[in-house]
Amino acid sequence: MGSKRTTIYVCMGTSCDARKSRRLQEAFSRALKDKGLHDEIDVSATSCLGYCDEGPNILIEPENLMYHNLNEEDVPFFIEEHFIKGNRLENYILAPGNGELKIPDMTDINFFKHQRLVVLRNRGRLEPDSIDEYIAMDGYAALSKVLEEYTPESIIVEIIDSGLRGRGGAGFPTGRKWQICRNAPGNEKYIVCNADEGDPGAFMDRSILESDPHAVIEGMIIGARAIGANQGFVYIRDEYPLAVQRIKKAIQQAEDYGLLGDHILGSDFSFTLKIVRGAGAFVCGEETALLASIEGKVGRPRQRPPFPVIKGLWRKPTNINNVETWANVPHIIRNGAKWFSNIGTAKSKGTKIFSLVGKVTNTGLVEVPMGITLREVIFDIGAGIPGDKKFKAVQIGGPSGGCLPDKMLDIPIDYDQLVQAGAMMGSGGLIVMDETTCMVDLAKYFTKFLYEESCGKCWSCREGLRRMLEILTKITEGKAKEEDLDTLRDLAEMTKYASMCGLGQTAANPVLSTLKYFEKEYILHVRYKRCPAKVCKALINFYVIPERCTGCMRCVAACPTGAITGPRSEPHNIDQSKCIKCRACYEICKFNAIEDVIVDAIVIK
Amino acid sequence: MIKFKLNGLEVQVEEGTTLLEAAHFYGFPVPTLCYHEGLSNWGGCRLCIVELKQGNQSRIVSSCTYLAQNDLNVFTNSEKVVKIRKTIIETMLATVPTSKIVQDLASKYGVHRVRVAVENKDCLLCGLCTRMCIEQMDGKAIGLVGRGDSLKITTAFDKRSDTCRLCGGCIYICPACQIRCIGPNIEKDGPICNACANLEPPCLDQFENMMCYMDPCVACEIGTEKPVKSKL
Ligand SMILES: Cc1cc2nc3c(=O)[nH]c(=O)nc-3n(C[C@H](O)[C@H](O)[C@H](O)COP(=O)(O)O)c2cc1C
Ligand code: SF4
Ligand code: SF4
Ligand code: FES
Repeated sequence: MGSKRTTIYVCMGTSCDARKSRRLQEAFSRALKDKGLHDEIDVSATSCLGYCDEGPNILIEPENLMYHNLNEEDVPFFIEEHFIKGNRLENYILAPGNGELKIPDMTDINFFKHQRLVVLRNRGRLEPDSIDEYIAMDGYAALSKVLEEYTPESIIVEIIDSGLRGRGGAGFPTGRKWQICRNAPGNEKYIVCNADEGDPGAFMDRSILESDPHAVIEGMIIGARAIGANQGFVYIRDEYPLAVQRIKKAIQQAEDYGLLGDHILGSDFSFTLKIVRGAGAFVCGEETALLASIEGKVGRPRQRPPFPVIKGLWRKPTNINNVETWANVPHIIRNGAKWFSNIGTAKSKGTKIFSLVGKVTNTGLVEVPMGITLREVIFDIGAGIPGDKKFKAVQIGGPSGGCLPDKMLDIPIDYDQLVQAGAMMGSGGLIVMDETTCMVDLAKYFTKFLYEESCGKCWSCREGLRRMLEILTKITEGKAKEEDLDTLRDLAEMTKYASMCGLGQTAANPVLSTLKYFEKEYILHVRYKRCPAKVCKALINFYVIPERCTGCMRCVAACPTGAITGPRSEPHNIDQSKCIKCRACYEICKFNAIEDVIVDAIVIK
Repeated sequence: MIKFKLNGLEVQVEEGTTLLEAAHFYGFPVPTLCYHEGLSNWGGCRLCIVELKQGNQSRIVSSCTYLAQNDLNVFTNSEKVVKIRKTIIETMLATVPTSKIVQDLASKYGVHRVRVAVENKDCLLCGLCTRMCIEQMDGKAIGLVGRGDSLKITTAFDKRSDTCRLCGGCIYICPACQIRCIGPNIEKDGPICNACANLEPPCLDQFENMMCYMDPCVACEIGTEKPVKSKL
């Protein structure tokens, strides 16, 4: 928020940054100066605006207008039209997703309309590097309220009443965790912010730290006060340089303002915060491995109990929460437990941030109230599947989440319902898949990821994953027998039940959920040696369907090995011995004349 | 004192006792592989798993690392535990078929089939040798390095160790190199030996020159398996 009449916020999220938004910001500053508008209009960097698909994005305040796809070269023209002549540039304005008239207000756009911003309320509205802007948006009001009006116990009661549950995976009630830690014997206690976020494709926590680092810090100070801790750690992965830089700067600013350090805001309460950088192993996000890593040991999980809240860092009570969990705390204190518990379902309160990626029209970061259905997220916010493809499955909960089919899309997003369906909330990854995804291949991909990321201590986890991978590979190569599916189930059972930590205990989810909801696809692979999604190379044979082929020769040109022959205007022919199954012809044919004929003929009851 | 239920029996143990120690103390057999009395508890092989039941909830934990707590309801041999244990042994057998210790486990727990690819590795990554080296021999010569696929036992930087005194402690304790099973011709007959288990007592009449390491001798103890003509 600048002091001038209008502010142009240029998105500096990682995706827009990659599309040269920094140069765009410079271009704006230059052009405004050229036109003599720099006293009236401010240019400011902001964090991820969430609509990464269409970057680089800018937001103009107070009009609440969002423009996208801007180039450096367009800037002078843009300023001329928008600010001098007062024309709205329709080509650049984000349109509402319904294909109707372009209505230029952010809240009308489908992508934003169904979202409910609590944790991300400041996204795009403040300069993350400025503590003053945060304070101007009621920042640190919750902290001073807590120090003046609350006892540690009453903070905990407030958090318990709000119904907040951990956003890092398991969904343990946050207030109860704090209470156990507060009551644990010992004078020295620690709190930790888990910003390891190792799930491929997830960037919720990074985005919070980049866009609103002070909210996390404020939440942690309040938590420390409630628990009775004087030292906190932010464990953040090293692959997030921007987030590291932002949180570092924010801590420095908070120290300068007397919000961290001795006698915070003149009270008798002292708290300091340190940053620890993680080396980026997925398993280091598991809390006991994370603590070992902070202590400088190998990041390998250990047996719980004792739980970290009783014996954590250096065997002292330690309370660990996820970034998003901490960031929710100031909002709860400011607006009250009741306000928070009014959002969501009976047992899952508040909002949840998801990173919506995959085969969906709008990708990006979305914050939605708990209880919204997956269908609304994918089809209303995400605007469905691009092209004329059909929805097939959504993978929710990160690499060890589950794959849910169309018929499960109407379940509300809620910790317990997701687990019941064979998936989990995880930290909030949502990967949408269309009919071109082979579920066996997908299970193989995640199993491989988890095998490589397993710390390797438990036989059941390491070898269970390795052997499942072995069987999945056999299936995709057409070498599996039907008995192998039983073996796969036994291995999945061993991995799930016999492993020590959460990684192993959830690692079979990709296999189990695809076996549950897409068993037919496994059977097609195993019994009939066919891959209906036409992904598993060993199992596809492309043929030209003569009745549909118009002889347009597009496929002939597309085939890299020259396997397709045929005169123009007559049905073509594919030489199976030359075909490398690269799918080029299948993708390019406009008449659906290239098919794996056999697979389409098989019917499984 | 900690009081809890073990296979339906009310038991009590001192605080700090593991479920494994408790089970052994009360005479319930629980198989182990990565456990050794003289070393720290690791919890890697997962053979010692037991089931904790509470109402209609159940959880499986490794008894060698889980400390006894009040009001637990522990089952050392529930249906689920037995089934998973068999899968563990089956995969171990496929991985390290020459380990006499694993072959004995297979005989004892009735593992008669191997459904995954048979390999001929010589390490279970159970971490006994590294703990032996560090905790008993004060060596710090070998350690577990890496994760996932690249996890291995090695010396620092894969170089000849300066601190290794060639004491042999690691070899002494290793379940894979300690005693080799000479039974199966893996390429020809598959990985399952079960020879010791299938001997009809008195076995020494037939195999004068063979030292039977089986303890207790499964053939004598259970003797329920159908005898298979030994190929020796
Ligand atoms: C393999 C594995 C990876 C995890 N990764 C993360 C992570 O990246 N971020 C996170 O906050 N929690 C992660 N967790 C969950 C943590 O162990 C822990 O439950 C969480 O940080 C607690 O915070 P919460 O109660 O606020 O959710 C992971 C758990 C497992 C088993
Ligand atoms: S379950 Fe997997 S990641 Fe967790 S401790 Fe065991 S081997 Fe390591
Ligand atoms: S070498 Fe032997 S003792 Fe060491 S980890 Fe491997 S199997 Fe265990
Ligand atoms: S003996 Fe307990 S896990 Fe190996």
